[in-house]
Amino acid sequence: MEMVAVKDSAISENGTERTLYPYVTGTSVIGMKYKDGVILAADMGGSYGSTLRYKSVERIKHIGKHSLLGASGEISDFQEILRYLDELILYDNMWDDGNSLGPKEIHNYLTRVMYNRRNKFNPLWNSLVLGGVKNGQKYLGMVGMIGTHFEDNHVATGFGNHLARPILRAEWREDLSFEEAVKLLEKCLLIAKITEEGVTISQPYALKTYWGFSAFQNPSKGAEGSW
Amino acid sequence: MFRNQYDTDVTTWSPAGRLFQVEYAMEAVKQGAAAVGLRSTSHVVLATVNKAASDLSSHQRKVFKIDDHIGVAIAGLTADGRVLSRYLRNECINHSFVYESPLPVSRLVVRLADKAQVCTQRSWKRPFGVGLLVAGLDETGAHLYYNCPSGNYFEYQAFAIGSRSQAAKTFMERRFEAFNGYSRDELIKDAIFAIKETLQGEKLTSSICTVAVVGIDEPFHMLDQKTIQEVIDSIEIKEDDASAAAADQAPMQEEDKSSEAAAADQAPMQEEDKSSEAAPMDI
Repeated sequence: MEMVAVKDSAISENGTERTLYPYVTGTSVIGMKYKDGVILAADMGGSYGSTLRYKSVERIKHIGKHSLLGASGEISDFQEILRYLDELILYDNMWDDGNSLGPKEIHNYLTRVMYNRRNKFNPLWNSLVLGGVKNGQKYLGMVGMIGTHFEDNHVATGFGNHLARPILRAEWREDLSFEEAVKLLEKCLLIAKITEEGVTISQPYALKTYWGFSAFQNPSKGAEGSW
Repeated sequence: MFRNQYDTDVTTWSPAGRLFQVEYAMEAVKQGAAAVGLRSTSHVVLATVNKAASDLSSHQRKVFKIDDHIGVAIAGLTADGRVLSRYLRNECINHSFVYESPLPVSRLVVRLADKAQVCTQRSWKRPFGVGLLVAGLDETGAHLYYNCPSGNYFEYQAFAIGSRSQAAKTFMERRFEAFNGYSRDELIKDAIFAIKETLQGEKLTSSICTVAVVGIDEPFHMLDQKTIQEVIDSIEIKEDDASAAAADQAPMQEEDKSSEAAAADQAPMQEEDKSSEAAPMDI
């Protein structure tokens, strides 16, 4: 896949490091709301430049009780974000008081983190999709690496923005059932597959009763794992 | 409480295991003008008596809005109360900025309590001399907390602090079990009645009391004088009728109880401190 690497012409001072350009990256994440909740889809590939190097990277994780986070961009930065969120959720749980951080709170927290890092010229090189359901309210939002953030009924990062969203805009409805939602996502991912190497789509699995999850499929069965 | 050799320092324990300075700080709260709070499942009401330093001055401010969903009423050193209100507002607004959502009340009172505790364990500090009734709403419902200078905090259905608060507490002890089912207006009425109890004979007018409400879909705000005066008037009308032995107006069975209480309270109104149902002087 063609990765546009933006090289910062930053002068390095005192040996401090900052992310100049991403190395191992994930491609698009697509998310949308459907009747009972939110559904996210992403492939499992981690590219090293134009090579699809890692083939079983999970780019969607669930956060706390209510949310899902999908990321494209630098995988190591995604892992860093997961560490921050882990700590956040831990403290939230330790209160043990009936209150919990919902997707809106996490989305905002991530926006603050991303924006702050960008202001220090040391960005987390990710585009994040945050979706979830809390108290019956569906939430879907996106945060970019410079801190741009918004909410919408359907979002996509990276190339997905250009390829998938037109499809979503045309065919998205408020009351899609889970099966319809999956079909719509597959349609988007299929298009993506044509231009992006190693997009994998596999069987969907639902972890909770009332909100939907990432859809993965795996055509390249024989060649999993990293090497 | 008498002066003794263990009360000079907040960091000195007495042989009986007491920190006298902290207890003296709680005394300061008892000296302040009364404040009461009541809670139902959907609303919380705060009411305070505003003393004026003299006829020439304005009344002291005892109720502070902390955020749209939280407010406090204070009793004791007003200056300490103001400073703590600023701290609480800061905590709330910081949380809103990062999480775009209101700070849960229980978490706010814990921070406040921890701040108060610090002052009970540093030799170069003194405890805050103010008690706060924190009223707020979050996703777990309506809450009323009391924060002491000692760093303790408790959740209450209804509570009163300050001078002659025992009268209000006695009044509320008789009725608190029904509070959860009260409507907003009933809650306001009972709050004003409780404040009336603490006045023990002085006339209650809307100019010397402040009433504030927070509820689901109702951000924290203070009621205007006109509204308060209307409620006061309706309470007094009932009392007048009750003393004439006629059960009047209004919806609920509490009316019977309150007319009894009203009849009994008519005595103190005439400046005779008959301690029937009205409690004796405060601690």
